[in-house]
Amino acid sequence: MDFLRPASWEEALAAKAAHPTAVPIAGGTDVMVEINFDHRRPEYLLDLNRVGELSAWEVGQDTVRLGASVPYSAIMEHLRAELPGLALASHTVASPQIRNRGGVGGNLGTASPAGDAHPALLAAGAEVEAVSVRGTRMIPVDAFYTGVKRNALAEDELIRAVHVKKADGPQQFSKVGTRNAMVIAVCAFGLALHPETRTVRTGIGSAAPTPVRAKEAEEFLNAALDEGGFWENGKIITPSVAKQFAQLASGACNPIDDVRGTAAYRRHAVGIMARRTLGWTWEQYRGTRRPLEGAA
Amino acid sequence: MRVNFTVNGRPQEADDVWEGESLLYVLRERMGLPGSKNACEQGECGSCTVRLDGVPVCSCLVAAGQAEGREVVTVEGLADYARHRAGAHPGTGCAAGSCGTSLDAAQRWQAGPTDARSADAAELSPIQQAFIDAGAVQCGFCTPGLLVAADELLETRPSPSDQDIREALSGNLCRCTGYEKILDAVRLAAARQEETVR
Repeated sequence: MDFLRPASWEEALAAKAAHPTAVPIAGGTDVMVEINFDHRRPEYLLDLNRVGELSAWEVGQDTVRLGASVPYSAIMEHLRAELPGLALASHTVASPQIRNRGGVGGNLGTASPAGDAHPALLAAGAEVEAVSVRGTRMIPVDAFYTGVKRNALAEDELIRAVHVKKADGPQQFSKVGTRNAMVIAVCAFGLALHPETRTVRTGIGSAAPTPVRAKEAEEFLNAALDEGGFWENGKIITPSVAKQFAQLASGACNPIDDVRGTAAYRRHAVGIMARRTLGWTWEQYRGTRRPLEGAA
Repeated sequence: MRVNFTVNGRPQEADDVWEGESLLYVLRERMGLPGSKNACEQGECGSCTVRLDGVPVCSCLVAAGQAEGREVVTVEGLADYARHRAGAHPGTGCAAGSCGTSLDAAQRWQAGPTDARSADAAELSPIQQAFIDAGAVQCGFCTPGLLVAADELLETRPSPSDQDIREALSGNLCRCTGYEKILDAVRLAAARQEETVR
């Protein structure tokens, strides 16, 4: 095994181009487990800790450019207003020690369906900045996950950052596990209201081969909210609409039975989380909405 | 490969380090510092917790090469670390080589029974003393990781709520399940810290 220690981003890209089998390591919270357990013996480890810009973020007009190695603890502390869904998801990642090291780049690189960041990224809307010596491309996060622990990166590409849309409305994240800390999600659900575009977006974790959006549920809800004038009148969402939304979210799952839970349980729980996160965010939206002119 | 880094305030060098080796392995097997414990090797249990540039991390998940040029504090250096935080040399800074914990001293370090009158008592950090006083140590295996995590909590949040304490220690497992006494110890250390500030 060789340990490659690029001092700059350019050096890191050159090293990855020269050694496509090199495994990038930043927080190490996935890679080191595999090495410690002898599940993986990469030819090259590519240490990204020395590349400072990966740990920085920039808050822009519409998006946050989140460096791949920004630790979850920093997201929780500094980006709660801009990225509320991701901040909530970050808070559920493992333990303080892990949150101090791990970041979203690692979640994306590993592309486990159980990664906590994925539902939040899907719901908020995000693009992955994938870079190689050949250039930069922006991959919509919906298209990034290609299979169980597989992603759309080419073998010479590294994740520089993820560009996440700044919240324009309430966002929520919910996760099922056996305790509050140190839990790999049995299943998880992210939901974001986008009042500016009058749309709702979702993300499902750990209930399909890849993280997925509940697209049919979104379309149904968008139409129902539009039809009933809910965005304008701010009324409580009709229970039958919420129920149908939950059922469609449940239907978007394609889970398996495993040690953490059964497929049936996951389907059921995703439906419950969909209904709850919709309720929580909608209450928040109703509360923060500008009062209607002439409203009693 | 060779790794140069600072351990407990002193520059150290580890040779013949395998590229896939963890910082924990280097500390225990190459530096002879067995305080940080090796248990789950997957970041679940927190018994290998050390400070890396001040940040609590699981040393089993840090590749040795990633520690190059960085500062590590282990439980063996916790007392010295806490003393300096409290201002061991106010206004003057430390003379080179006079502070920190030498490798030799760290290797020989043990938490023997102490009483307040003996000189040994000074070798414990406030959180270590509080763990002893509160009876927070049973088999002791999880203790070093808990000490490092709890010490950092008291550094960043001098008056933590119970929720803060639970959250800060949520990555540290105690299989004797002595958590109540551990919480007591952290509360005790926080209370003593507040008293000295007043």
